[in-house]
Amino acid sequence: MARAFAHLSDEAVVALVSRSDESALAELYDRFGRVAYGLALRVLRDSALAEDAVQEAFLTAWRSADRFMPERGKASTWILTLVHRRAVDLVRREEVRRTEPIDAAVEPAGDAADDVAWLRLERERVQEALKLLPDQQRETLELAYYGGYTQSELAERLGQPLGTIKSRMFAGLSRLRELLAEPHPEGSAWRPRHSTT
Amino acid sequence: MAPEALHDLTPAYALDALDEAEERAYEAHLAGCTQCREELASLREAAGLLAYAVDAPAPPEALRGRILAQARAERPNVIPLRPRFVRATQVAAAVAACAAIGFAGWSVQLQREVDRVRSAQQDALGVIAEPGTRQISLNGDHGALYVSPTGSAALVIARLNPAPSGKTYEAWVVENGKPRPAGTFDAAQSPSVVSLQEPVPAGAIVAVTQERGDGGRVPRGPRVLLAQT
Repeated sequence: MARAFAHLSDEAVVALVSRSDESALAELYDRFGRVAYGLALRVLRDSALAEDAVQEAFLTAWRSADRFMPERGKASTWILTLVHRRAVDLVRREEVRRTEPIDAAVEPAGDAADDVAWLRLERERVQEALKLLPDQQRETLELAYYGGYTQSELAERLGQPLGTIKSRMFAGLSRLRELLAEPHPEGSAWRPRHSTT
Repeated sequence: MAPEALHDLTPAYALDALDEAEERAYEAHLAGCTQCREELASLREAAGLLAYAVDAPAPPEALRGRILAQARAERPNVIPLRPRFVRATQVAAAVAACAAIGFAGWSVQLQREVDRVRSAQQDALGVIAEPGTRQISLNGDHGALYVSPTGSAALVIARLNPAPSGKTYEAWVVENGKPRPAGTFDAAQSPSVVSLQEPVPAGAIVAVTQERGDGGRVPRGPRVLLAQT
């Protein structure tokens, strides 16, 4: 199928989703399904649960896209927040969370080669930035975001006062933002995409 | 919790690292705190970048089709709207969260509540949470009418006695002097949230009367509530 939406910004695609445009939802999935699934899998460590989280997040997007406000943040942040929220809800319920690094998945060669290349670059960029954080900040962010721990659980687990955990989260996120600030103000307007026409 | 303490929750909220009670408190605070909203937007974007640091194997191919099929099945307006009541205890938090409309359009807590009380409730909450929705007070401090830019409307009604046995409340949209029935409810819960079945054009009046039986096509009973748009 031709990618009729390829020229549209992520935000414009979400605007179409809010008008119940099914092909816009498909486009949104094609843009973020992979990173969403990777994130859910990282948090949940279970492919069936990860699929559930991704499915529920995209359906939430479908139902509530009219409440997305582009002036309040990027569409990519919005959809990934929905996915992360859902994954964290599930992991807290299932108590399956773990913190060991997941095995590197084998990337299938083929159709989405450009996408994968782009994601690999992005992954390296974020991983490099994470390495620049002080160990304690990185650890706190990773346990919170990938482990699904609440700040109180983290304080207990790491044997630190809650205030310390809050400070580490703030400092870590702020530093990450500085390191990864997008050079282009238009941000997510367009990215290299595969064209499987 | 003191405002400063709530302010301090912004990074954890951005990482989804609050428990439910903290999350509710924070979202209530967020509705009225511009500074927190701005900081949250910025920290959340940073948190979202963490998603890209993990390996991203291709999702199973069938997942895409399942999502699209489910979305199709849920397409709005396929489900006929019927007047329905809202279990106010379940949605009170959601109503509180979105009473201060204009705050981040996708409150996590609101989304949770909405997921919990789907269907009719969702229609009403969708109207209330929609950007650009106007709030019009009901007479007698009984709550408010919410009208979205497209005319979808919902009533949030407080301090109204439950309908006596054998009677019901009926909402009406009155345009050019002609009332159209817009749904019945019993006000068994307070507040009651009622999704109106009829659109509310600019200048219309929304009224609630008490009717016998299950209500009717024209208002006959006493008028109890009124809002002029």
